[in-house]
Amino acid sequence: MLDNYLPIFTLILIAVCFAIGSTVFSGLIGQKKPSEVKLAPYECGMPLVGTARERFSVKFYIIAMLFIVFDIEVVFMYPWAVMFKRLGMFGFVEMGVFILILLVGYIYVWKKGALEWE
Amino acid sequence: METIFFYIIALVALGSGLIVVLCKSPVNSALGLVNTFFCLAVFYVMLYAPFMAAVQIMVYAGAIMVLILFVIMLLNLGTEARKRYTHGVVWAALASLLSLVTFLVFIKKGQITGAAGDITKDVVMSVGHTELIGKTMFTEFLLPFEIASILLLVAIVGAVVLAKKEV
Amino acid sequence: MSDLLLSLALILVKLGLIFGVILGMAAYLVLAERKILGRMQLRHGPNRLGPFGLIQPMADVIKLITKEDFMPDQADKWLFLFAPGLTALTALLSFVVVPFAPPLTIFGRELPMVVCDLNIGLLYFLGISSLGVYGVVIGGWASNSKYSLLGAMRSIGQLLSYELAMGLALIPVVLSAKSFSLTDVVMSQADWPNLLKHPVAFLIFLVSIAAESKRTPFDMPEAENEIVGGFHTEYSGMRFGLFFVGEYINLVIIGSMLTVLFLGGWHGPLLPPIVWFAIKVLFVAFCFIWARGTMPRLRYDQLLHLGWKVLIPLALLNLLVTAAVLLAIG
Repeated sequence: MLDNYLPIFTLILIAVCFAIGSTVFSGLIGQKKPSEVKLAPYECGMPLVGTARERFSVKFYIIAMLFIVFDIEVVFMYPWAVMFKRLGMFGFVEMGVFILILLVGYIYVWKKGALEWE
Repeated sequence: METIFFYIIALVALGSGLIVVLCKSPVNSALGLVNTFFCLAVFYVMLYAPFMAAVQIMVYAGAIMVLILFVIMLLNLGTEARKRYTHGVVWAALASLLSLVTFLVFIKKGQITGAAGDITKDVVMSVGHTELIGKTMFTEFLLPFEIASILLLVAIVGAVVLAKKEV
Repeated sequence: MSDLLLSLALILVKLGLIFGVILGMAAYLVLAERKILGRMQLRHGPNRLGPFGLIQPMADVIKLITKEDFMPDQADKWLFLFAPGLTALTALLSFVVVPFAPPLTIFGRELPMVVCDLNIGLLYFLGISSLGVYGVVIGGWASNSKYSLLGAMRSIGQLLSYELAMGLALIPVVLSAKSFSLTDVVMSQADWPNLLKHPVAFLIFLVSIAAESKRTPFDMPEAENEIVGGFHTEYSGMRFGLFFVGEYINLVIIGSMLTVLFLGGWHGPLLPPIVWFAIKVLFVAFCFIWARGTMPRLRYDQLLHLGWKVLIPLALLNLLVTAAVLLAIG
């Protein structure tokens, strides 16, 4: 089983070497003239205003949370899709019920306006 | 060969686990956790359960950790979390140590055995791991599967209620 | 033992070839994009170095390596260094499961023309593409700049919204291939490509994969003219180069995945399979560049509206209809 996955680990090693090698090499031969202005965060050349460590809208969290729930739903569908031919009508009805229940949740989310981005 | 590989990955997993616990910056801890999940996925592959490995990466590393990282980054926990050290932490540590010891005792006693039952390594190899999961889940465990969808429904409602104040 | 060494050597050769081909393709896609965009805007594009500017990619690499590589002093040091490599790594990793030609028989050994033919290839692709978000987010957050943070936030929201539709659009493909192995998926398209069998799934997948890799109608996370590059605003030199390479490797991956999943993979008349594969991949890449020359950027609310309120219900409906039809025709 592991043999099939060996190339992936090898590729990870190669890619890590490539990433480290190219940046280290570039660091060695590139020029180094840091100055205070150059090292400040870019803000179109204006003096800095405030910090970048700000709190963000809760909208982003709700997207992430809904994503987790629906992602798990999709994960359930994959083994079903592989076995679909062998499960036949029975499997179809089963998955129909599953999707129907989640559709209720989806409609609830929509009606509550959690998908609006005003 | 496989044993050596197992020990290497186990070391990496333990190392990233230590990063999760010991790192001062919560973002680094979260990334250590992602790496631990990745190592767990490798273990699933070694246990002939590639579907579980894929799900581990997709759901835990790809979805749940993204949310956690998101929350850490945006709530700006970096500075505040460090101050909130309480005695609760000690109790939590003691509790987890106790459960670890219990777990080790069970393993030692052999109550958690290896491959027992109809589904052996050879069956998994010949039928296919995903196919086996599909077959069992959609015939034998039909009711739990449908109940899972209701659980997910509850989770959706919970997420919306938590995030929307005017509900 | 010699068998093990042989297979190890084989793996290294394959990986080396693929590594070279992908990096080369990424470098020349940059040139192609500049040329094509230039022509679309009645310019020449790079044309000084070599015939038709063909040496331009080397010059770009030399420029990126010799540039000053500095780090903003407020940045989170390790994460800032780590993010570009992670982006390039996750982009490269997807390619190991792409089958680019039918299995070849050499010296009596069957040699699959794919680096590793995993029986969960499709899920592997989805998993790795969901990890792609980390490089962007970590880079954007670690830079400690407002533009970068905005870019990182936008990209998480976007990736999460479109990944669902992408996963759902792949289920009809699995239904007709009955397997997650990408080789099986290509084999199942010997008669008709999935494009004709599942046109709706194709459209959904096309839109979502464009959004996943932040290609133009969906390039809100980098929007040059409002958040100056988004997550990579603060990056310079080779670190910027790694983000850039990752992005163009992603373009190759889009082409390959669309080819394998919907355009029939290596199947095609007359020409050898690998040529068909290359033609299809390059055609898809050309279409994406074309879209960049033609389409305006979506607004963020339009983007989320499209993802959550159009693509997801459509994908669910398409899934049920496909399953019903497959059941009816047996």
